[in-house]
Amino acid sequence: MLEEKHNIKAWLYLAPAMILLAVFTFYPIFNAFFLVFLKDFNFLAGTFEGFTLTENFAYILNKPDFRNALLNTLMIVFVSVPVSVILALLISAWLNSIKKLQGFFQTIFFLPYVTNAIAIGMAFAFLFHRNYGLINTVLNWFGISSVNWVGLGAGYWSSMFALLVFIIWSGLAFKIMVFLSGLQSIDKQYYDAAKVDSTPRSRIFTKITVPLLSPMIAYITITSIIGAFKEYTAVIGMFGVRLGPAGNDGALVTIVALVYEAISRSGSTGAYSEAAAASIILFAITLVFTLINMQVSKKRVHF
Amino acid sequence: MKPTLSKKEQAAKRQKIIRLVIVYTLLTFVALFIVVPFYWMILTSLKTAQQVDRVPPILFLKPGDWQFRNFALALQAAPYVRFMMNTVIVAAISTIGTIITTVLAAFAFARINFKGRDFIFMLLISSMMIPGEMFVITNFMTVNTLGWIRDQSFIDALAAMSFPFMTSIFYLFFLRQTFKQVPDELYLAAKVDGTTDFKYLLKVMIPIAKPTIITIIILNAMGTWNAYIWPNLVSPQNEDYRLVSNGLRNAYRDLAGQVAYNEQMAAALIVTIPLLIVFLLLKKQIMRGVSRSGIKG
Repeated sequence: MLEEKHNIKAWLYLAPAMILLAVFTFYPIFNAFFLVFLKDFNFLAGTFEGFTLTENFAYILNKPDFRNALLNTLMIVFVSVPVSVILALLISAWLNSIKKLQGFFQTIFFLPYVTNAIAIGMAFAFLFHRNYGLINTVLNWFGISSVNWVGLGAGYWSSMFALLVFIIWSGLAFKIMVFLSGLQSIDKQYYDAAKVDSTPRSRIFTKITVPLLSPMIAYITITSIIGAFKEYTAVIGMFGVRLGPAGNDGALVTIVALVYEAISRSGSTGAYSEAAAASIILFAITLVFTLINMQVSKKRVHF
Repeated sequence: MKPTLSKKEQAAKRQKIIRLVIVYTLLTFVALFIVVPFYWMILTSLKTAQQVDRVPPILFLKPGDWQFRNFALALQAAPYVRFMMNTVIVAAISTIGTIITTVLAAFAFARINFKGRDFIFMLLISSMMIPGEMFVITNFMTVNTLGWIRDQSFIDALAAMSFPFMTSIFYLFFLRQTFKQVPDELYLAAKVDGTTDFKYLLKVMIPIAKPTIITIIILNAMGTWNAYIWPNLVSPQNEDYRLVSNGLRNAYRDLAGQVAYNEQMAAALIVTIPLLIVFLLLKKQIMRGVSRSGIKG
């Protein structure tokens, strides 16, 4: 493009990044696909008993924990992503339609982005406390009796609900920011034309705003789905390492939680192949969703 | 003559006011939903144990009744100042590393013509689809093999926590986009003047890319403040080597039984406040940076 090729000079500039990426990104990708085919690999002992094609996958797929993790993860994906994307879209449209206090609301809505997930997760757990929490207090005002959301012996659905509220709360800030800056970049003349035609506002939203915002909606949806598949820190923040309400340990386990649980058993035989199998399954799932979403956006997205 | 509004205009005006009232009400509800967890955290951190135990809970506290003792108790329970210092050190090392490696590589991708450039770039971009959990398995093995985990010294812990995060394909991509916007004419003019590539990068490209670099610094620092998984994995034993997130979580493991919620919320607030202060000081840059990082598609 500019002049002749400068291979050596280019690689001098690339070297620091490339060396780090080779060690901490590319080699690990290949190694994951190597570990998953090892039989009885023990990391600390450095031993393995030959190779196997499917054993590690079969082991993890048959583990009851893995099935729970998969179901929980799918629940998080299919509830938190649509709810937070739609909410963020509405909120940013409301924000964009006002002048006074816009900056104030924008700052407030951004706050979840600048908090610590563990700290705010603990606050959420206490908000949902059976006796001392605000949620039950408000429910009591309306004559609804207290629910044991996240306490000792709490059920699956109540603790999952509390977790989903927390995840949606955490995810709104970034989405609102992106949608709002998208809305602000939409050319005003589309709206002026609609005004001349006296188009109803709901129609303007579905026929002008959403289509023009579709590249951002697609991008946010893809990244949120992938992010939701990797959820783990939210569970740790709210429930700690027991990954569920007391007495119901592991009820809210996720796929990523299983990967880390396996990694932390570094002396146990097969643990690293198990972690590799789980991470490869996670990769396969996110890849499928990425491809589906890319196809859908190719057809629908209005560039 | 006084301008009078026609019936139609009056109706439209009334409709507009009603719509605004509804919009502001809805936004206020959302704002409450966002703020309530912070309020609950702050309120609880200021209560006495007896006040925490009240059912129904106390919803407001007069400033005179605020109990700052919980903060002292929280600071006794775990060394949060130490955790914060560790977090700042790890954030500084990984951020400086990331800036140096990504600026150099992004410059090569944006300005230098070399064999396989587009292919390598495509390869990097497609590897962004692979979940980080896949890397973590081997990275844990690598830092272990490098001797950074067993008989861990503070330097070992810092190395294990920072090294895998000293570069980033996403930021590299982000910077390359910025560098590409710099007109070629500038580069060619500098070449005519005999400016070396490195000097051009330092004197022209980096100043132009300053907003992007600031964004990267902010996002990276916030990422370290939030990092729980990797620090907890590579530095599980020594409390003094923890960062804020795993330090806080490990200080309050249990949700059941007798938990001093006021102390726990005070600890959570201690970890939250520095980030909020930085946010209020750098509000414009942070918000612009975050929305910029989201609009790349």
